[in-house]
Amino acid sequence: MNIHEYQAKDLFEKFGVPVPRGAAAKTPDEFVNALAGLPDGPTMVKSQIHAGGRGKGVFTDGYKGGVKFCRTKAEAREVAARMLGNTLVTLQTGPSGRKVQTVYFTVASDIKKEYYLAILLDRGESRPVIVASTEGGVEIEKVAHETPEKIFKVAVDPAYGLADFQVRALVAALGLAGAEAKNAARLIRALYSMYWETDAAMVEVNPLITTPAGEVLALDAKVSFDDNALFRHPEIVALRDMNEEDPKEIEASKHSLSYIALDGDIACLVNGAGLAMSTMDIIKHFGGSPANFLDVGGGASKGQVVAAFKIIVGDPNVKGIFVNIFGGIMDCNVIATGIVEAVREVGLRLPLVVRLEGNNVAAGKATLAASGLTIVSGESMADAAQKIVKLVGQAPSRPA
Amino acid sequence: MAILITPETRILVQGITGDFGGRHAKLSLDYGTKVVAGVTPGKGGQVFEHGPHRVPIFNSVAEAAVATGATVSAIFVPPPFAADAILECAGAGLDLAVAITEGIPVRDMVLVKRAMAGGRTRLVGPNCPGLVTPGTGDKSFGGCRIGIAPGYIHRKGHVGVVSRSGTLTYEAVYQLTVRGIGQSTCVGIGGDPVNGTSHLDVIRMFNDDPETRGIVMIGEIGGSAEADAARWIRDHCAKPVAGFIAGSTAPAGRRMGHAGAIVGGAEDTAAAKIAVFRECGIEVAVTPSDMADALIRAAKAKGVSLG
Repeated sequence: MNIHEYQAKDLFEKFGVPVPRGAAAKTPDEFVNALAGLPDGPTMVKSQIHAGGRGKGVFTDGYKGGVKFCRTKAEAREVAARMLGNTLVTLQTGPSGRKVQTVYFTVASDIKKEYYLAILLDRGESRPVIVASTEGGVEIEKVAHETPEKIFKVAVDPAYGLADFQVRALVAALGLAGAEAKNAARLIRALYSMYWETDAAMVEVNPLITTPAGEVLALDAKVSFDDNALFRHPEIVALRDMNEEDPKEIEASKHSLSYIALDGDIACLVNGAGLAMSTMDIIKHFGGSPANFLDVGGGASKGQVVAAFKIIVGDPNVKGIFVNIFGGIMDCNVIATGIVEAVREVGLRLPLVVRLEGNNVAAGKATLAASGLTIVSGESMADAAQKIVKLVGQAPSRPA
Repeated sequence: MAILITPETRILVQGITGDFGGRHAKLSLDYGTKVVAGVTPGKGGQVFEHGPHRVPIFNSVAEAAVATGATVSAIFVPPPFAADAILECAGAGLDLAVAITEGIPVRDMVLVKRAMAGGRTRLVGPNCPGLVTPGTGDKSFGGCRIGIAPGYIHRKGHVGVVSRSGTLTYEAVYQLTVRGIGQSTCVGIGGDPVNGTSHLDVIRMFNDDPETRGIVMIGEIGGSAEADAARWIRDHCAKPVAGFIAGSTAPAGRRMGHAGAIVGGAEDTAAAKIAVFRECGIEVAVTPSDMADALIRAAKAKGVSLG
C-alpha cells in the first residue's frame, strides 16, 4: 500500500525524522488555513499523487510542473489553485495521468547539498538494507548504473537491530561531520525505527538535504507498506486513498480476486498467480496483448467467477476473454458452471476461449458444451492462446 | 530416493482443525501419505477422523513429534500466528517445516529466517503449494503429499521440479505426466520475497539425488534467486535442466499476485533472467506450454534418458 508524501511526512515527524514545515489542503478554502501556519517567504507547492516525476510532470490543461517554488505565500495560493482538481501526467502515471485532490505547502528550505537515503528489504540477504548516496535529487537507478561506487549499503541484522557502528559508517559515507553528522545519525536511526515498526516495504528520501544552518531534513518522502502486515496497523490502513486506485482493482479486492489492469485487449481469468502471469505472457507470445492480470485464487467459487467476469467486461478496451484454469483440487465443473452463469448474467457477446484442465474436467467440458453458448474450447495453453488472439484479431469492433 | 521426503516420511499438520488444513489433511490421507498427527493448541487429546483414519491431535509440535515419530510439519496456520508455528517446528527439532500459509508479514519472515539460521530444521515456503514425492500406485497413490498440490497428476519417475508458483508447477507436472515422464520430487518454494528454501538449495539436492535425472526450474520476475541457481548449474550440474520464467509482460513496480513478484531493477525482469538461463546452458521453455518439451530437448542434447 502506498501513501502520499504529506502523510509520509506526518509519520516521519511522529518518529522524529525532521522535515520542512508543511501543511496539506484538499479545497481552496483550506489553502488559507494551511498557509497561515507557515512563515512568510519562499514556499513550495507540491501536488499529492501516488507517482514520481511530479516536478517534471505536465497537467492535461498544459500547465507545467506538479511541484513549484513560489517566492511568496500569495503566489503559492495561486499556484495551488491551478493544481488542485487538475490532472497531472508524469513518466510514472501513464498518459491518462492522475487527478490532484490534495496539495501540500512546505517551507522552501535553503539547500546546501542533496543526498539519497532509502530502507528496503534485501531479498538476497533476507534482511533490511539501508541505501545511502552522496548523489541526491536524481534518479537513483541511474546513479547505481553509472557510478555504483557512489552507492553505499548497510544490511541490518534483524535480531540485533541497527548498530551504532553501521550508523557511523553511513554518515561517514555521506561525507558528513560535526553537527551535520550528529543530526544525520539521529535521522537515520529514527527513519529505521519507522521502517521497522510500521512494517514498511520501502522508505525513500530523495533528496535528503543539509542546510547552511547544519540541519539535516527529509525534503521528499516516498513510503509503501507490506500489504501482508496491514492487519496489525489500522493507523496505516486509515491513510489509504481510494482515489489513487483503479476502481476495478478495488472491486476485485472485495471479492478476494487479485486484479491488475493493463492496456491490452484480451482479458484473462486464471487460477494462481504464476499461471496468471504466464497466461499474459503466452498471449503476448502469440501476438496478442493482455488487458489484465486476474488471479481468482486456488479455491475459486462460482460467485467469484461471476464477479471476475463483471470486472473484465467493465473494461471498455476488452475485445475477447481467455479463461485458463488448471483445477488441481478445485472442481472444473464448478468453474464451468460459474462461467456459464456469468456469461448469461452479463450477456457476454465477446469471443470467449476456455481452457480447462484437471479435476473433473470431463464434466466441466460437458457443462460448457451443453450450455448452448458460443464458447471456444482450448486444448492446451498454447492452443487456447492462439485461438483467442485469432478471434480478437478478426473482431472488427466491440459490439455495443 | 527422492529429496526431502519419501513415501515413508511421517508428517504432522499444524492447523488440522481448521477448514483449510483439515481439507488438505484428508486429501493427503487419501493419497496414502502418512499423516500421523495434528497440532492445535488447546485441542490436544481430540482425534481427527477421516474414513478409516484416526489422527491424534496434540497441543504442541514437540509432543506430537515424540508421540508419533513425525519429522515433518505442514503448516496451515493463519498469517498472524504462522511465524510462531514455524518457530515451534524448529524448537521441536523437526527435519522440515513446510509453510503453506499465504500472507505472512515480511518482517515476521525476516525474524523467523534469522532465528532458524544454522539450526537443523529446514523451512520450505511460506506461501507455497508444498511438496510431492509420487508413489508407485495408481495415479501415483502411496506417495508423500505435503501441502495443497493435486497428488493424482503426478507419476513416479526421475524428473525434479522446483517452482515458486503453485498452479504453474501443476501445469509442468501435468505436461510431464501426459508424456509418460515421471517425477522424483516436486517442490514449491513459494512466492514470497523471504522464504526458507531457495531454487538453488533444491537444485543442489536434485543434483545429489541419484534418482533424479533431469530438472525443471520454474521462476518468475523479482529478485535474483533464479539467476543465482542458473550460475551454479552452469558450474556444477551435469544433469539436463529446463527453465521457465513467468512475468515477461508484467508492468514494473506492480505486485503480480505473489508478494515477491515485483519488478524492481533491470536485473529482476523476465528478460534478464531468461538471458542468464541461456548463458548458463539451461533449455528455456519459450511458453508455459513448452516446459516438458524443453526438458525433453535438454535431455536429448545430453543423451540422458528421463524414463
